[in-house]
Amino acid sequence: MTEMPAFSLAVPEIWLLSMACVVLVVDLFFPGREHAPAFYLSQLTLVGAGWLALDAHWGMDEVTFSGTYIADSLSGLLKASVAGLAFVVFGYARDYLRQFDLLQSEFFLIGLFAVLGMFVMASAHNMLSLYLGLELLSLSLYTLVAYDRDSWRGSEAAMKYFVLGALSSGMMLYGMSMIYGASGSLDLAEIAAAAAAPDQGGVLMAFGLVFVFVGVAFKFGAVPFHMWIPDVYQGASTPSALFVATAPKVAAIALFIRLMEGGLGNLFSHWQDMAIILAVASLVVGNLMALVQTNIKRLLGYSAISHIGFLFVGFAAGSPEGYAAVTFYAITYAITTAAAFGVVMLLSRRGFEAESIDDMRGLMQRHGGFAVVMIIVMFSLTGIPPTVGFYAKWLVLQAAINAGLVWLAVVAVFAAVVGAFYYLRILKAVCFDSPDEQTPALQATASMRVLLAVNGAVVLAAGIFPDTLVAACRAAFGLA
Amino acid sequence: MDIVYLLIPLAPLLGAIATGLFGGRLGWRLAHRVAIGAVAIATVLSFVVLWVHGLGDPAPYNKTLYQWLSIAGVDLEIGFLVDRLSAMMMAVVTFVSLMVHIYTIGYMADDHHNWPEGSGAGKNAYQRFFAYINLFTFAMLMLVMANNFLQLFFGWEAVGLVSYLLIGFWLNRPTAIFANLKAFLVNRVGDLGFLLGIGTVLAYFGSLDYAAVFESIEAGGGEATLTLFGTEMTAATLAAVLLFVGAMGKSAQVPLHVWLPDSMEGPTPISALIHAATMVTAGIFLVARMSPLYELSTPAQSLILVIGGITALFMGLVGLVQNDIKRVIAYSTLSQLGYMFVALGASAHAAGVYHLMTHAFFKALLFLGAGSVIIALHHRQDMREMGGLRRYLPVTYWTMLIGSLALIGTPFFAGFYSKDVIIEAVGLAAEHGRPGAGFAWFCVLAGVFVTAAYSFRLFFLVFHGQERMDAHTREHLHEPGWVVTVPLVLLAIPSALIGLVTVGPMVMGDWFAGSLTVGEQFQPLHHIAEHYHGPVSFAVHAFYNWGNPAFYLAAAGVFVAWLLYIRRPEWLVLVRERLSWPRLVLEYKYGFDEMYTGGFAAGGRGVGRALWRGADGWLIDGILVNGTARTVGRIAAGIRGVQSGYLFHYAFAMILGLLVLLTLFVGGWQGWWQA
Repeated sequence: MTEMPAFSLAVPEIWLLSMACVVLVVDLFFPGREHAPAFYLSQLTLVGAGWLALDAHWGMDEVTFSGTYIADSLSGLLKASVAGLAFVVFGYARDYLRQFDLLQSEFFLIGLFAVLGMFVMASAHNMLSLYLGLELLSLSLYTLVAYDRDSWRGSEAAMKYFVLGALSSGMMLYGMSMIYGASGSLDLAEIAAAAAAPDQGGVLMAFGLVFVFVGVAFKFGAVPFHMWIPDVYQGASTPSALFVATAPKVAAIALFIRLMEGGLGNLFSHWQDMAIILAVASLVVGNLMALVQTNIKRLLGYSAISHIGFLFVGFAAGSPEGYAAVTFYAITYAITTAAAFGVVMLLSRRGFEAESIDDMRGLMQRHGGFAVVMIIVMFSLTGIPPTVGFYAKWLVLQAAINAGLVWLAVVAVFAAVVGAFYYLRILKAVCFDSPDEQTPALQATASMRVLLAVNGAVVLAAGIFPDTLVAACRAAFGLA
Repeated sequence: MDIVYLLIPLAPLLGAIATGLFGGRLGWRLAHRVAIGAVAIATVLSFVVLWVHGLGDPAPYNKTLYQWLSIAGVDLEIGFLVDRLSAMMMAVVTFVSLMVHIYTIGYMADDHHNWPEGSGAGKNAYQRFFAYINLFTFAMLMLVMANNFLQLFFGWEAVGLVSYLLIGFWLNRPTAIFANLKAFLVNRVGDLGFLLGIGTVLAYFGSLDYAAVFESIEAGGGEATLTLFGTEMTAATLAAVLLFVGAMGKSAQVPLHVWLPDSMEGPTPISALIHAATMVTAGIFLVARMSPLYELSTPAQSLILVIGGITALFMGLVGLVQNDIKRVIAYSTLSQLGYMFVALGASAHAAGVYHLMTHAFFKALLFLGAGSVIIALHHRQDMREMGGLRRYLPVTYWTMLIGSLALIGTPFFAGFYSKDVIIEAVGLAAEHGRPGAGFAWFCVLAGVFVTAAYSFRLFFLVFHGQERMDAHTREHLHEPGWVVTVPLVLLAIPSALIGLVTVGPMVMGDWFAGSLTVGEQFQPLHHIAEHYHGPVSFAVHAFYNWGNPAFYLAAAGVFVAWLLYIRRPEWLVLVRERLSWPRLVLEYKYGFDEMYTGGFAAGGRGVGRALWRGADGWLIDGILVNGTARTVGRIAAGIRGVQSGYLFHYAFAMILGLLVLLTLFVGGWQGWWQA
């Protein structure tokens, strides 16, 4: 235990933490107009963190800090994605927060700490560091959901999220303690070795596995541990919901891969069935519930659950190919969802939250450009080529079929067909219904418009030129 | 060079995006400048490409630029194959397109009269029109530059789409909507064959890439036999026939020709660009591009000869009784497309493609000339209300005369060289004993007379004889502005001269050797080339070539038209009475339209109605869809009950889920870890 930790590998986390403190202090002394210094510094921090993560981790495979920290291509990819997504979220959020008189630097600060938590998770090589990162993320998210203190719905959602999150964290911690008991170590590599032993850790390990799996499933929001998602999406102010809906989904991939594949990969034949059950349940419940929603944020919540079902289809494949597909899916899904929330935020204005599908009516006539973005986004969520959503689904299904899970792939496809209904219903409102007479003109700043246009273009372009990202995801799992 | 090839289709695409999406903001003047600029770039670069490939290094450029997907060994790619065939097509397409773009400024200048007051569709219609023709140019270039069937299919469908949009450009006119729907539906029939053909190619030649398919053909990949509906045939025959069905749809061959005359509902520049010079020749291009395949299959070539021959003669005959100026030219287009197919069927691919090129110039010229007349007469198209326009429209008169002379195959004019070679080649094919060639030879030869008759019937009716328009129109008669006359003159030059200049290398020489394949056993153009001593002697030879009296047939056609429409109009009445029955057949256009609307369309609607009421309404909607939806709704309502909003319900569900998983897995685990 006397080795010198390789600080150079942990540069992204060190940068994030120091910069978060700098932002805190800067905002205290130079609040500027509308906390502009804090905002721009935060964005700079994220760009730097994403770049540093790719630079320091891509192509590496090293464990340091006494075996608690791993730097490999996967951590680099996930961290860069998380930082990028947070960057987009902050960009969308600023406009909205200003309009609703909520613009405080805390939003960005708490967001930065959440990103730090996700970074720690992505590089965790020990159950302690994993849990540490997870809790840092969760606590930040609880706060973000309650960010609009005066909104009773936001407070209610935060309360529910917090209580259920605490429950799930408890379960996960309990499971971890049992795994520790069975293997005698917190180090994921040693746990993997213990799981490879003839008795595979015994019944204690079995208990631990189920508890840990439930904890992970909660963080994703897989059925039946999904109850918090609709309430949080609907109750939280839209920028917070956007944050919850994007980067943590990518971080959850890290959680799953590190724990279930890295630590408990030898027990795959046991958790595979659990993944399949959760996949089917999420696909069915998510899609069916989304059908009857009229609130668009709630609808996006249930749609998220159905997409999580797709992620679990990929996990159930259990192959590097499947994990790569899932990583691609999560990243692109998060980008797409960001654009969907972006449109919702664009339609909102001071004193009016665009929440109902009816608020989308006639967007085509009001602003054709954003209607096109919405069309691209909904096509991508449905999985229609040439948008990126098609590619993501394609890769996941391919992995599942290669793993022999043809029936699961069929279920997933059927679920996607059901999903087409509610996505297209939104498009019907956007394209074919007429807007209300009183609807005022859209007021959005130039930065918001540009960001949304770029976001929509990325969703389309990543579907036409998916090679780079697919190759990166495959390389992260050692595939050519 | 990559960037040049890429820029050629992309410039019009960018133009289409700019004028289509931002037309309102650009305003009409900037919009047509952008559109014309884009096509001008493509034209200049296309001529550079033609220069490089035509005069210099003939090695084809074949490169895949982008791969979209690779599924089970099938690559879906975008790539360019540029050889002399595509270089020539690119030059023709962009040049005619550029002429039409310029001409459109004049033709569409007062387009707002064509829309009802305050019509939403009429807003920015001018810019929309330019966006469409830019988009068309892009799609057509993608089609001819493709190096694989997928991209070919993309271009094929895209030009079809733009054609549909433009036929129905005046979407407030019911006839236009009927016509564009008809074009779309008839093309579906052809496209089905085309798709099946692509599937056959993929199945038997194992690739969608041209080069790979041709390699496979050389290796004998087309020899495999299969039995279809009790008939044994080679894979090459099946693929060739199916692809030809696609070509029949796009190039409007009997019996899939019915959409082309109706497509004249669209604005005249479109008739010139899409429905005469470029898009309708896509079928010719396809068959020429696939010449190695067609050379493997005599049955397919015979089918092409027969279909082409029927179209060449019988559609020309219909042209004799049409009164709408544009429809006469439309039937003429059908007939000329028949000539091109006949050439391809007779293994004279170079002659077919050459006729495509010359035809593009003089047919675009004729259409634009007709458009000029239509502008002058305030959008009246009935030839019975014209006459004597020579005095008022001198430029149009002379250019149309050149176009008509080229069309009927007057020696020294462009059309003569291409058409005469076709007739000779078909004659040789008949001597060689190719089935169907004798029939086709008769058709194309008789067609010469018919072509001359209808062309000069039109010419005399419009420009000579009595002035039959009303006084008000006559007062305002004048030649349209330079944007109309300059394209006419620029098109008249190649219509007159291009044959003289290029027939030597392109048809008689081996200019196309790298692109078009002709089988060893029968090479008609080589036979003709043996007796070729320069373009002038070739033209002079037509006056005393008794084996091929095309020149005298054409002269007779002109004479008959002159006799009946200028010299002795009273005989015309007599002829009409005596020949009332054939006239009726022609006026009903052999009853194809009645058969299709009464038979297929009505039958289809009947079946549709029956299926709608019975199967769809009762079974699918009533039980499957609404039934499923009701069930789904009930289930969702049930699950919704669980999502009560109460925290303890949520926590309870989580604990329940945990317990279920624990029971299932730890229970199952027990048996396993003891074993």
